[in-house]
Amino acid sequence: MRDLTGPEGDGLMKDTINAAAPVIEARNLNLTFDTADGAVHALKDVNLTIGKGEFVSFIGPSGCGKTTFLRCIAALETPTAGTLTVNGMTPDEARKSRAYGYVFQAAGLYPWRTIAGNIKLPLEIMGFDRAEQESRVERVLELVELKGFGKKFPWQLSGGMQQRASIARALAFDADLLLMDEPFGALDEIVRDRLNEELLKLWARTEKTIGFVTHSIPEAVYLSTKIVVMSPRPGRITDVIDSPLPKERPLDIRDSREFIEIAHRVREGLRAGHGDDM
Amino acid sequence: MRNILPILTVVATIVVLWYLAAVKLNSAWVYDQATRAGADMPAFSQVVSETMNQDRPVLPTPHQVGAELWKSTVGMAVTSKRSLVYHGWVTISATLLGFAIGTGLGVLLAVGIIHNRAMDMSVMPWAIASQTIPILAIAPMIIVVLNSLGLQGLVPKAIISAYLSFFPVVVGMVKGLRSPDQMQLDLLKTYNASAAGAFWKLRVPSSMPYLFASLKVGIAASLVGAIVGELPTGAVAGLGARLLSGSYYGQTVQIWAALFAAAIVAAGMVIVIGLIEKGTLRRMGMVR
Ligand SMILES: Nc1ncnc2c1ncn2[C@@H]1O[C@H](COP(=O)(O)OP(=O)(O)OP(=O)(O)O)[C@@H](O)[C@H]1O
Ligand SMILES: [Mg+2]
Repeated sequence: MRDLTGPEGDGLMKDTINAAAPVIEARNLNLTFDTADGAVHALKDVNLTIGKGEFVSFIGPSGCGKTTFLRCIAALETPTAGTLTVNGMTPDEARKSRAYGYVFQAAGLYPWRTIAGNIKLPLEIMGFDRAEQESRVERVLELVELKGFGKKFPWQLSGGMQQRASIARALAFDADLLLMDEPFGALDEIVRDRLNEELLKLWARTEKTIGFVTHSIPEAVYLSTKIVVMSPRPGRITDVIDSPLPKERPLDIRDSREFIEIAHRVREGLRAGHGDDM
Repeated sequence: MRNILPILTVVATIVVLWYLAAVKLNSAWVYDQATRAGADMPAFSQVVSETMNQDRPVLPTPHQVGAELWKSTVGMAVTSKRSLVYHGWVTISATLLGFAIGTGLGVLLAVGIIHNRAMDMSVMPWAIASQTIPILAIAPMIIVVLNSLGLQGLVPKAIISAYLSFFPVVVGMVKGLRSPDQMQLDLLKTYNASAAGAFWKLRVPSSMPYLFASLKVGIAASLVGAIVGELPTGAVAGLGARLLSGSYYGQTVQIWAALFAAAIVAAGMVIVIGLIEKGTLRRMGMVR
């Protein structure tokens, strides 16, 4: 399904013959919420292409539509205008083909399931057999460094561990696309640094495409191959920065000149988007 | 152990107040007797002693009720028509059957309500309306109608009992099955889970605490329903029958003993559900 053959594939072939087909492609995407006190223009003319294996961060002030954009990709919201494709399909087709794992801001583990039970949840729903479930749980627990915690209940784990468990749950069914909405938002700086490092390693190992929402400039710069700066009212993209940083990133890369320059550009973008009120 | 002292204090206070009330309420009869016999007004201490063990007191004293309870449970063959164990069992069996029917019906209605918009709009008002009708008014009609259909004894009482107990279960289960937040539902949507998958894996487990809270209210309501259902049957058997025959013959001690038996049965059933709740939630990992 992912290689673009068939009727509409022929036209696209010329563009995609060199670069890999985009995982996400948004063209003039608009989304307006009808609320009691008028329409809210949550996304305005969003154009964005995300290629396979990219790590894309979305950064911007509160209410600029980061979550809304991620939810559009996940087919949890329906755009009011424009086109959006995920692996060349509509978001809803992609959802049905289980193309992505979604990590919400809160870990949202089921309190009545153990950590292993929580990770099995998507596997049970998708009909993996028992043995396969067990081996996948073991694998992803190792991936997020929670080996040995499978039998614990969520409340027996720290917030950071719970968040890692929820990432493991999203990884368990091997979707190529991982969508994460401020997964580390509620955690302290030190835990966050560790998880960021682990996430980068995980990304390098699994070669997944990741869409990552954050409020933190250093986090966005440290993690991403591409940083999407957004601004509110109406929610739109003001800058897209392709990071020149190497794929291998020790934590102290954050003191390098390149890193500081990108962070500066992101900050400028955020300031510009904010207009005068900053 | 720490809980014992406050409980004992409360019980002791109630017993003391009860004795005081019994003296006050039963003394009228003592004075009445004295006037009728043309005797002098009896001394207060004599009045008090004569209020303690009357045959048909306005308010029986705690030890009278206790003795009657003892006599009609332990001190009597279970097969005796005056045994509270026998009558209690008659009522309990109707209560349990009614509770099972009511719970089943309540859960089914709740499942319908959360999955079907038409049911959501239509069932709840009727369920609420059904509970505003005094059960005392409707119970005789249910008995009569079912009797004409050839149903007697256990089943009509169980149906009245179910009539009272389905309601808390519907209300609790609708709330419980709707308790998962939007994020939880969205998560399942990203897995492309079916409605059945969401129901069994998310809604049912989330509703468990609500279910047990409803069951505790429901079982007590079931017992009330079973007792009320026994009143119009002409007082054959059951705690309700004991209450009724007690009031026919002015046997206040018997009435109070039956009332206490009912209260003890209710407390026992609520405690049993509480234990099942604890066990279930612990097995689910929801009790720390
Ligand atoms: N379901 C909804 N109904 C109405 N308005 C909504 C809805 N969801 C989001 N909005 C509005 O759309 C805008 C964008 O919201 P969104 O949640 O995408 O912001 P965000 O960038 O994720 O913000 P934050 O950083 O605070 O999470 C906001 O103005 C918000 O009020
Ligand atoms: Mg958000």
